[in-house]
Amino acid sequence: MQAAPSQIEARGLARRNPDGGGWLLDHVSLRVAPGARIAVSGPSGSGKTLLLRALAMLDPVDEGELLFEGRPVRRERIPDYRRRVIYLHQRPALIEARVEAALRLPFALRVHRGRSFDRRRIVRMLEDLGREEGFLGKPVDALSGGESQLVALLRAVQLDPSVLLLDEPTAALDPEASRAVERLADDWLAEQPETRAVVWVTHDARQAERMGGRVLRIDKGKIDDAG
Amino acid sequence: MPDDAYINLDFLKLAVAALLIVLSATISLLLRLGLERRLLLAAARTVVQLMLLGLVLKWIFDHDQWYFVLALGAAMTLVAGWAAVRRVERRYAGLLLDSVLAIWVTSWCVTAVALFGVVRVEPWFLPQYAIPLLGMILHNTLNGISLGMDRFAAELAGKRAEVETLLALGATRWEAARGAMQAAVRTGMIPTINTMMVIGIVSIPGMMTGQLLAGVDPFQAGMYQMMIMFLIAGGATLGTVGVALLGYRRLFTAEHQFCPGRILRRD
Repeated sequence: MQAAPSQIEARGLARRNPDGGGWLLDHVSLRVAPGARIAVSGPSGSGKTLLLRALAMLDPVDEGELLFEGRPVRRERIPDYRRRVIYLHQRPALIEARVEAALRLPFALRVHRGRSFDRRRIVRMLEDLGREEGFLGKPVDALSGGESQLVALLRAVQLDPSVLLLDEPTAALDPEASRAVERLADDWLAEQPETRAVVWVTHDARQAERMGGRVLRIDKGKIDDAG
Repeated sequence: MPDDAYINLDFLKLAVAALLIVLSATISLLLRLGLERRLLLAAARTVVQLMLLGLVLKWIFDHDQWYFVLALGAAMTLVAGWAAVRRVERRYAGLLLDSVLAIWVTSWCVTAVALFGVVRVEPWFLPQYAIPLLGMILHNTLNGISLGMDRFAAELAGKRAEVETLLALGATRWEAARGAMQAAVRTGMIPTINTMMVIGIVSIPGMMTGQLLAGVDPFQAGMYQMMIMFLIAGGATLGTVGVALLGYRRLFTAEHQFCPGRILRRD
């Protein structure tokens, strides 16, 4: 048996600055192995978000390639790739009017066909986070920043991805809300620690420490691997 | 023949109508509206443009050749495609080409339906049918396309976070763009639907008025107007769908990526 390939392997991903010379993302190579916990830190504008978006294949890149489970991702498989590797925006859009509808939304997409919304599972997860079933009926407009982030994270983890790419999920949250988000991510990892992986952009060194794992520093689009 | 009842206008008769322009300009002077120059310019343009149109049409009617009809139709279509883009607030590279392509294909197809399938004109290029029909369809398709393009880009730019969230959750580019497409097509269709709702109640539509003046039986004139409304509705809908589809291909890559940076706001 050969060793399990990295879930994601980025080889020299690069993105040009469209407004003039230089690179926004400067030939970044990175392996996200099963079970990995990677914190990405760096000054603002250093390319952290771009790196995560490139890993989710959400932006066009000018050079480099991305392998998933040892193979390049073909165009038509990209939605399927994004089912397995989910990127979460710093300020998530919840789209629907109420929490439950927002959580049900992904199941209307073709890539999730054959699966359905598991309300009991969500209620259980909410209980673990100290919230009651009634939370599902809340209008999304009435949610706090922390609650919105929780809903977005729940919406992602219920799809059982292999990799979560979290873009400063707690940047705008108070410490208590941050802990709840961290806990949800932690629980999700703990369910299958040897296969799931998370890449987490954070400003907060202590958070990086709490979440454990490797810390990648990125500056001017380049990785300075300290981990 | 309708011609029996038809009263020709000469320049003297037209001058009587033009007195109303003079009256309006005088009111503008008296009330210091400052509109008299613009009004006179507009009136002059009306005279020049319609005389030219009359001359061109007369020349084409006299020559009665399919290629002259097609050439005039092509010129009208290009102008319509350009005019549709001119009013659009948000642009992207290739918009003009998309607009011309969408308006060309849809309005020519719809006109062909009218000439070959509905009116069954012999020969098909008979300019007194082909040119006004195309003109009316172009005008309304242009409106639909213009509104639709504007809405499509505005919707995508305004709901960028939603579009990207959908893509991040595994949506195909089509699934991510669908909301904006629906909004665009709806916006492009609404003016035509609204017109059809009140047609004949609030006013007598332009073409029907023309036919009535020319002495056509009112019921026949109504039938013609019905046909035109159906053609216009089809043209506006197909044109808007076409332009939204073309725009979708420009703003989303085959890798299911959304490129909001390609949408530019007009200064």
